[in-house]
Amino acid sequence: MSLKAFHIVFITAASALAFGFGVWSLRAYSSADGLTQDLCFGVGSLAVGLGLLVYERYFLKKTRNVSYL
Amino acid sequence: MEIPYTAQPRKDTGLYNAKVGIWLFLASEVMLFGGLFSAYILLRVGATPGTWVHGLLNIPIGTFNTAVLITSSVTVVLSWAALKVGNFGRYRFYQAITILCALGFLGIKSFEYREKFSHYEVWLNQPVTVTRGGQEVQTDRLLGHIEYQGHHPAFWSTKTLAEKQVESFKFTPDPIHYKMTPKEMAHARKTAAGRKAEEFEFKAADVKRLSAFVPGHSTYFALYFTLTALHALHVLGGAVVIFYIWGPGAKMWKTDPERYTNRVEVSGLFWHFVDLVWIFLFPVLYLL
Repeated sequence: MSLKAFHIVFITAASALAFGFGVWSLRAYSSADGLTQDLCFGVGSLAVGLGLLVYERYFLKKTRNVSYL
Repeated sequence: MEIPYTAQPRKDTGLYNAKVGIWLFLASEVMLFGGLFSAYILLRVGATPGTWVHGLLNIPIGTFNTAVLITSSVTVVLSWAALKVGNFGRYRFYQAITILCALGFLGIKSFEYREKFSHYEVWLNQPVTVTRGGQEVQTDRLLGHIEYQGHHPAFWSTKTLAEKQVESFKFTPDPIHYKMTPKEMAHARKTAAGRKAEEFEFKAADVKRLSAFVPGHSTYFALYFTLTALHALHVLGGAVVIFYIWGPGAKMWKTDPERYTNRVEVSGLFWHFVDLVWIFLFPVLYLL
């Protein structure tokens, strides 16, 4: 597996973490004792998750000619 | 004698030798971290309800460190891509950012460690009354910070009290304890925000046990420090290798650019593995 392939795996895992953390933070915010910090982390994390997916697509496009091996 | 297959792939594996080597090494690393992760999960699942330490790590700092490592993975790949198109200057720029990210991660982690080493749990002989979540409760176990002769000491234990012949010390308790549920913790933290913290003066004779948040405190902290310290050692090792290739080892770019690019790829694969371990460590240790 080349660095290209491993990078795709990593970015997918990182975006999954960002979405998971975003949902976790928003759930904490929606509880009775939610803090503004939770809202910021939730929204920020979802945005980062989305950003990573956009980056992944761009990266795939740019490295079309690089082997997965 | 020339070392074979440093740049060209072998016919049988289809890969250059260093890539096969790094993946074999990473397979052994998966077993190492996998064993520790399994230990963590089994011990946590098997723990008596209400005894597992949770909710004591700094989530904003952990999140920032996660972002630092993700950034470093992107710069590692960009530096490799820069070499692929022959742009050595851009490679150097991106790899410098990677090294800075690694140092930043280690610096923040050491700050986090320092905070834990001066954070305590005290077990008392007699319960005291504290305010938690706006209610007064009786408890004989408190988390908090010690003040002794104007200092906030680190690494103190029950033994230290006797060794230093401490008669009494000030203790500022946290509004939470890990015996509380996450919901109760959130409520207690919100209620305590902006209020002046309570302060106690404990005599050494009142203390049954005193422990900083060190590996000996609990199973959780033993695993937390084992996992994160092992990970930090990997970050340090990776940073040293990347720095060597970036600095003293860079002369190979002039003599054998293809082999040099492969070196950067191999170090990048290791770096990605280290970052991927953190992607699993962060939610397991900080959030769950």
